[in-house]
Amino acid sequence: MFTAPFVQTSLPIWARSPQGKVAELRQELNSGGKKDKNYSAKKIALKKIVANMTMSNNDMIALFPDIIDCMNLPSLEIKKMCFLFLVNYSRMKPDIALNALPILINDMEASNPLVRALALRTIAYVHVREFVEGTVQPLKRLMGDMDPYVRKTAAFCVAKLYEHDRKMVETSDLIARLNEMLKDENPTVVSSVLASLVDIWGRSETISLTIDYSSASKLVSILPDCSEWGQTYILESLMSYVPQDSAEALLLAERIAPRLSHSNSAVVLTSIRVILYLMNYIAEERHITSLSRKLSPPLVTLLSKPPEVQYLALRNAILILQKRPEVLRNDIRVFFCNYNDPIYVKVTKLELIFMLTTKENISVVLAELREYATEIDVHFVRKAVRAIGKLAIKIESSARQCIDTLLDLVNAKIPYIVQEATVVIRNIFRKYPNQYENIIGQVIQNIDELDEPEAKAAVIWIIGQYADRIENSDGLLQDYLATFHDETVEVQLALLTATVKLFIQRPTKGQQLVPQVLKWCTEETDDPDLRDRGYMYWRLLSTDPATARQVVMGQKPPISAESEKLDSRTLEELCLNVGTLATVYLKPVQQVFRSARTRRLQYSPALQKTHEDFTATTWKLPAPVANPNPATSPTAAANGSATTPTGSSSAAVSVADSYFNSVAVGTQQMASLDLGGREDGGAGGGGAPQSQYVVNQNQQQAYQPQLAGGSATGELLLL
Amino acid sequence: MLSGILIFNQKGENLIFRAFRNDCRPRLADIFRIQVISNPQVRSPILTLGSTTFSHVKHENIYLVAVTKSNANAALIFEFLYRLVLLGKSYFGKFDEEAVKNNFVLIYELLDEILDFGYPQNTETDTLKMYITTEGVKSAIANNPTDSSRITQQATGALSWRRADVKYRKNEAFVDVIEDVNLLMSATGTVLRADVNGQIVMRAYLSGTPECKFGLNDRLLLDNDAAGPGGSTRGGSLGGGENKMGVGSAKTRAAAGSVTLEDCQFHQCVKLGRFDADRIISFVPPDGEFELMRYRATENVNLPFKVHPIVREIGTTKVEYSVAIKANYSSKLFATNVIIRIPTPLNTAKTTERTSQGRAKYEPEHNNIVWKIARFSGGSEYVLTAEAALTSMTNQKAWSRPPLSLSFSLLMFTSSGLLVRYLKVFEKNNYSSVKWVRYMTRAGSYEIRF
Repeated sequence: MFTAPFVQTSLPIWARSPQGKVAELRQELNSGGKKDKNYSAKKIALKKIVANMTMSNNDMIALFPDIIDCMNLPSLEIKKMCFLFLVNYSRMKPDIALNALPILINDMEASNPLVRALALRTIAYVHVREFVEGTVQPLKRLMGDMDPYVRKTAAFCVAKLYEHDRKMVETSDLIARLNEMLKDENPTVVSSVLASLVDIWGRSETISLTIDYSSASKLVSILPDCSEWGQTYILESLMSYVPQDSAEALLLAERIAPRLSHSNSAVVLTSIRVILYLMNYIAEERHITSLSRKLSPPLVTLLSKPPEVQYLALRNAILILQKRPEVLRNDIRVFFCNYNDPIYVKVTKLELIFMLTTKENISVVLAELREYATEIDVHFVRKAVRAIGKLAIKIESSARQCIDTLLDLVNAKIPYIVQEATVVIRNIFRKYPNQYENIIGQVIQNIDELDEPEAKAAVIWIIGQYADRIENSDGLLQDYLATFHDETVEVQLALLTATVKLFIQRPTKGQQLVPQVLKWCTEETDDPDLRDRGYMYWRLLSTDPATARQVVMGQKPPISAESEKLDSRTLEELCLNVGTLATVYLKPVQQVFRSARTRRLQYSPALQKTHEDFTATTWKLPAPVANPNPATSPTAAANGSATTPTGSSSAAVSVADSYFNSVAVGTQQMASLDLGGREDGGAGGGGAPQSQYVVNQNQQQAYQPQLAGGSATGELLLL
Repeated sequence: MLSGILIFNQKGENLIFRAFRNDCRPRLADIFRIQVISNPQVRSPILTLGSTTFSHVKHENIYLVAVTKSNANAALIFEFLYRLVLLGKSYFGKFDEEAVKNNFVLIYELLDEILDFGYPQNTETDTLKMYITTEGVKSAIANNPTDSSRITQQATGALSWRRADVKYRKNEAFVDVIEDVNLLMSATGTVLRADVNGQIVMRAYLSGTPECKFGLNDRLLLDNDAAGPGGSTRGGSLGGGENKMGVGSAKTRAAAGSVTLEDCQFHQCVKLGRFDADRIISFVPPDGEFELMRYRATENVNLPFKVHPIVREIGTTKVEYSVAIKANYSSKLFATNVIIRIPTPLNTAKTTERTSQGRAKYEPEHNNIVWKIARFSGGSEYVLTAEAALTSMTNQKAWSRPPLSLSFSLLMFTSSGLLVRYLKVFEKNNYSSVKWVRYMTRAGSYEIRF
């Protein structure tokens, strides 16, 4: 047997020019002559040509005329290879490609249905005007072909032509004819027609797709007779059916439910999508509950599929859990990580574990998270530690337990664990003032282990905030101030505020440090934030120390751990896209896929929409639609959870944003709030104490799946 | 849907490039190579760059990549890629770089057939093999119009997975119940998680178009069944040897309790509507081997092995192990290829092991002591004692103590307690058929922390 000549890209292995190679192949192609009855010589030559074609050099294009000469040989195998060549090169040499057109047109009238379908399939791949125009007439005939295989090929062909030339298809009656084909008695044809229609729908804002109840019902009835892919296409098309009546929606959902037991996860997840969608139109709570109960086991079963499918199932579980918390009332332990799970599965499981943790199961969860904190992958370990801290904030009654677990971990003195723990302990202090300060000593002990800005800033905040309780707070600060100029802005800002706090609480200790720091911040820095804040403190301290105390040490608004909630509009949209790529990113669909057509819940008398859903969306910032860099752009979700991944100070900025947004809407107190909302609590005492801050410690680095392999893929809901 | 399918080898050479839409340009191959194959920090199977999304799976030494340009159905993409792997294996025995290089023309032919405009079409091996073959000789039948119609009917029909003209002299069906039992046990011996992922694989060598009905000791079904005893006694062992099944034998029904299946997933051929309505598994099987169903059970899982590890770190120079393992099944049964992997610290210099049965060996490349016991009879208990001497390290980092893990296979035992009650075959020629059933339990992720 011959082996494929696979390796000639830049340096030819055989010292021979490309022209030489082409000539040789041409000779080989024509060598057989009359003796070559089975065309075996031609086949071998063609195989070599196809191999060379893949290896991305265009040399083979010179053989185009020879290939066209072979097209009419009575061998399907040869024909297929020639057609592959044609599809590959026709765009580069449309004039030569034209010689193949009569052959294809002729083949479309062949008596063999496989040949007819092959010709039709091939001609529609060729992006050359004459081919596209030449397809229309034969296509119309083949849409009514007696063979279902040809008809299903014809159905997809319409979508292909629509990709080539939208106008031409819209002005012809092809779409109407395609619609007619929905009456076909063959289920495969019907599902192909639907796939084609949905494809066309996705590309054009002008085309609408509506399915009434009787059609939807008929489509559901042919589901069992379709291939698994056909079932998926039908289910996807059902998203265009808008129930007018609660009973209709329920009946359909119940008829789709058996699909949840299909072995193909595309069928399962798409069924879940449709059922979740229909649930929006079902009135009775009882039915909603029973449907929800059906969704849970199949989702968990997907966890025994290959890791990529597991990942998808888990990302969707995060989504569904926010929309219908009753769905995943499973034992949380099914989401515990296996040691050999790929990292992307582990991280997503961790998020789910956090979301599903309650007072009742927190002991099991903490033991589990503790285990994770000993694993090798640093990124994962940090997330586990962070999750423990966030659980302390989420579940008040178990805060003590979480803190003990954290301190236990800190004692192992592994630097990245200590740093992560320091940050979360800072947040715990903020959440529960005057409750757990007795652990300050243990936190401060590890001060030398910290080398990351975020962790340093956290410990400096603790020192500043509790300057009067820490014996040598001035000494600790002084150690950091010694390297003030080498620190990042995040740390410098923290140092500035902490020094001021020290001075306010222990004037004797702080009086030497404050002027020095203020001088550095106002005179020796290029950073405008640092300089402005420096000036502000300076003026404040020099004008009215009492007010300064009130502002700097004022009461801080509470924080919560629920920052990962999607805003309701995004949630609604993503739930209409269960199982798609967007659910991996958990971002508004158009932010990642700009050309995607938006899906919204369509109004009907049966639509059950809660009042909050509407009020919540009224004041929200619109998502940036035409953003040039979708995945790195800020999520304009002002619903109390702005996430602005812009770097080190992002957390502060986003908290401020969300704060202003909530204030602007709520109480109109904007004017009284000058610097309110800085994360380090520099002010805010005079603000609206009832408004919620959101801990946004998850932004230690910008979220950029665009870069380097997307290490953070889909981690909008970082822990 | 899909814009193109690409296959790469591990070096990043593009072996197959098939575009289905105009937006799939050749340079995308370079982008994938740079962003995924040569990037050691890839942590996701999905990567979106600008408007292009690459979804990939790795199989043997090749990458299979789907390129999409829209918010496509991700489940469909991965299912399709895995189906492609399955097809490759069924066509070439093994689907790796060598197979791809030797069969690239056939792969192009397959891709053209199973995807149209990037939408997956019929992917049933049986049907495809009727007109796409490795030898190219047989494809001559596809050149004949009447034979072709048969193929096209098959490819678009409601029974796309089965040819109509199957004939066997002896009609037989083999059923394999294979369970992967997963365990996660904490250092204190608490079971954190124990569940069973089962699959039922069938090899059907049956003539014509047989209608099969398949019955399990599924609690929901038995509860419906007035005749069923529905007892709660659980059968640990299921009797030795390969059972020749009595059709719907009352004896098997009485012998076993029932199991609660958390969830089931079925092959395309199973009539899901019937299962949903009355939990009857009814189907027309494909010819030959296929996976009939998968199920999950979480209640009353029988754990075949109990492991009791004691691991002590003596200072920074030594770790002492004492691992006891006990077989928790009937003495009539025995497990084979029991392998216990006992993690050692990364700075292990040398180890010494003693075992009461089997052999233990240190594998430095995996940081494991591997203890193998070829045959493990029910009820027996074995012990390993070992010691790992550590070299001193400048950077003293705590040992992460990964869990100890087990692999084994145990015939005629199901961890879930599942039993096949009957398999009935109805065919219009009314032939008699012989059915065989076999049970096996394997270790899935069987991990014990210490």
